[in-house]
Amino acid sequence: MKPSNQHDEKKPFPWHLVFFLGPGLLIYVVFSVYPLLDTLVLSLYNEQQGQSHFVGLQNFITLITDDTWSQAFWNALGNNFTFFAIHMLVQNPIGLILAVLLSAPKLRLSGTYRTLIFMPTMLSVVIIGFVWQLLLSPIWGISENFLYSIGLGQYFDAWLGKESSALITLAFISVWQFVGIPMMLIYATLLNIPDDIVDASVVDGANSFQTFWHIKLPLILPTIAMVSILTFVANFNAFELIYAVKGALAGPDFSTDLMGTFFYRTFFGFQLQQGSASMGAAVATLMFLIILVGVMLFLFFIQRRIQRFQF
Amino acid sequence: MFNVRSASLETKTETKTETKTATKPFTKLTCLTAILLSSTGAVQAANTLSIESWRSDDANIWSDVIIPAFNKSHPDTKVNFAPTPPTEYNSALQAKLKAGSAGDLITCRPFDTALDLYKDGHLANLNPLKGLEQFSDVAKSAWVTDDGKDQFCMPVASVLHGFVYNKEIFAELNLSVPKTRDEFFKTLETIKSESRYIPLAMGTADQWEAATMGFQNIGPNHWKGEKGRKALLSGEEKLTDPAYVDTFKELAQWKPYLGRGFEAQKYSDSQNLFTLSRAAIYPAGSWDIQTFNNQADFEFGAFPPPVAKAGETCYISDHTDMGIGINASSTNKEAAQVFLNWMASKEFATLYANEVPGFFPLSDHQINIKDPVAQEFMSWRQQCESTIRNSYQILSRGTPNLENQLWNVSAQVINGTMTPEAAAKEVQSGLKQWYKPQQ
Repeated sequence: MKPSNQHDEKKPFPWHLVFFLGPGLLIYVVFSVYPLLDTLVLSLYNEQQGQSHFVGLQNFITLITDDTWSQAFWNALGNNFTFFAIHMLVQNPIGLILAVLLSAPKLRLSGTYRTLIFMPTMLSVVIIGFVWQLLLSPIWGISENFLYSIGLGQYFDAWLGKESSALITLAFISVWQFVGIPMMLIYATLLNIPDDIVDASVVDGANSFQTFWHIKLPLILPTIAMVSILTFVANFNAFELIYAVKGALAGPDFSTDLMGTFFYRTFFGFQLQQGSASMGAAVATLMFLIILVGVMLFLFFIQRRIQRFQF
Repeated sequence: MFNVRSASLETKTETKTETKTATKPFTKLTCLTAILLSSTGAVQAANTLSIESWRSDDANIWSDVIIPAFNKSHPDTKVNFAPTPPTEYNSALQAKLKAGSAGDLITCRPFDTALDLYKDGHLANLNPLKGLEQFSDVAKSAWVTDDGKDQFCMPVASVLHGFVYNKEIFAELNLSVPKTRDEFFKTLETIKSESRYIPLAMGTADQWEAATMGFQNIGPNHWKGEKGRKALLSGEEKLTDPAYVDTFKELAQWKPYLGRGFEAQKYSDSQNLFTLSRAAIYPAGSWDIQTFNNQADFEFGAFPPPVAKAGETCYISDHTDMGIGINASSTNKEAAQVFLNWMASKEFATLYANEVPGFFPLSDHQINIKDPVAQEFMSWRQQCESTIRNSYQILSRGTPNLENQLWNVSAQVINGTMTPEAAAKEVQSGLKQWYKPQQ
């Protein structure tokens, strides 16, 4: 009995893995990994009069230090953080509250509410943009009369047209559209909490707020963390809503410009401006890096400390 | 209700980059179609001309009116108008030209897009073409090389700028058409104080209106049309000069006369405010005429941008939008030239202007336009000097892009978030960064 023989007798090559994973992997590599790597490579080139040549990190240096580019870049990045902050402060807490309310056993018609709140998530962003522009329009909109009827008429303004309020208004519209997602995820987790634990807390004398605070909230923390990271990735890739409502110049005076619209203008060009594929790739690469760093910080500092409970 | 001009241009820039990356994998396919097409072409008579165009809206007008008219005098030449939708035109044309399957006549976008085609050798030099004599230098400027020597497309149509007004509101308030700036603002003041109508229907939400219907509309009177535009190109004048600051100052004065919440008012909102008789005056592009003819049930007229003092020379923005050239690899160049010469004739100009109101022929012929408002617009060419938008030729090639900057600062000036002086300074420093003559 030679040891090598023993080795030969080990398992055959797992062809079934190739068979089942291969097609998915192939599609993923061709349509996701390859374009991503190609973008990274493209960002190291520069094109002039149809000729492209290798310039190393020059595009990134231009993007961050040259006034023409850096102003737009930092402005877009700053706006992106504001956009994200509003989602974290408004969308996710509201999603949490809605989920808790929906999971209350005494609530009637909870299925209807669930559907209604989730509905906007499934609508096209172009329709969302159009409807909200109509609602908020100072010319045709109903929001002005609505505010008057509740005595707040003097606060009405052309919110989508003012530098000070356009981005916040758009963020709220986005919150309205996507609040269904954190709600559904948290709702599903809440439903999974075994009744025994809740019952035990009631027996121990906890009121419903204490039950939520000490029992339910710790159990749904991993879901909230996941919701946060999903929000982060989605917000830093945001583009459609701004483009649909404000166009690629993200006016007034770039106050609603996000990384997505900045990338679009750079890569495809806009109006008489010719697009630049290599500068666009540089912007896309920076977007990718920002998201990557964000996700890594999250995994390192938060995900590792979260304890998951097995029921 | 979508703006023809900006829509066509927007797609222009988008499709351009697409083609660069997209043509390669399609080369085989396009070659194949090219072979197929050329083999069918050989069967056809030698005198068949095919026209590439993005104006699919006009296909019926070509087949029912224009081509039959041409065939009356030239019965032997068959003409085939083969449009591609505007969004696909640039990329489809690029691919066809590369594969050698493009038509004999090519409809040209203005300035850099067409210039690139010429530089790549896809468009024939038109210098010997007789028909070109019918066009002024301004008309030809969109399709000539930077040194002004080689003409590669013949001008076909332009759009004009001015103001459209509601005649019923003017009659009701006893107003007459303003000729000078003082009269203009007095008119606006009267409408504002004596009626519930919005004096001026324009918003800044889309930004381009502020630049196109605002800055480029009233500006030529300040910078003396072509003289100022050329001085800007040569570097003799700067955007911080009084002419440009004054244009911004005049724009800033519009603010009190715009509707409430104009900052969030879009292009289609402005059109609706006017066609619903809620606004009296509309800063217009002539392409709006068709929309207003369809939607407004009152009589409307037009007046050119008011001048500083009565009797002064007036300048209008007569923007070149469409040209036509000959495919450099066409096997039928002689027939193509015959056709272009016919397109330079009075007959074509009359037909085109009446079938597509708001798009004006660029030739020097005196023609009869039936649509009264289009006629009014057209008549300004006799009284005023024509010029084109000053950011279109050469000045929008670099980064930052002058046209896009003008959108931004014009909107800000009207919103009151930027002073006229600061706006002029910003566009000048933008231009200075990449344009040598301005450094």
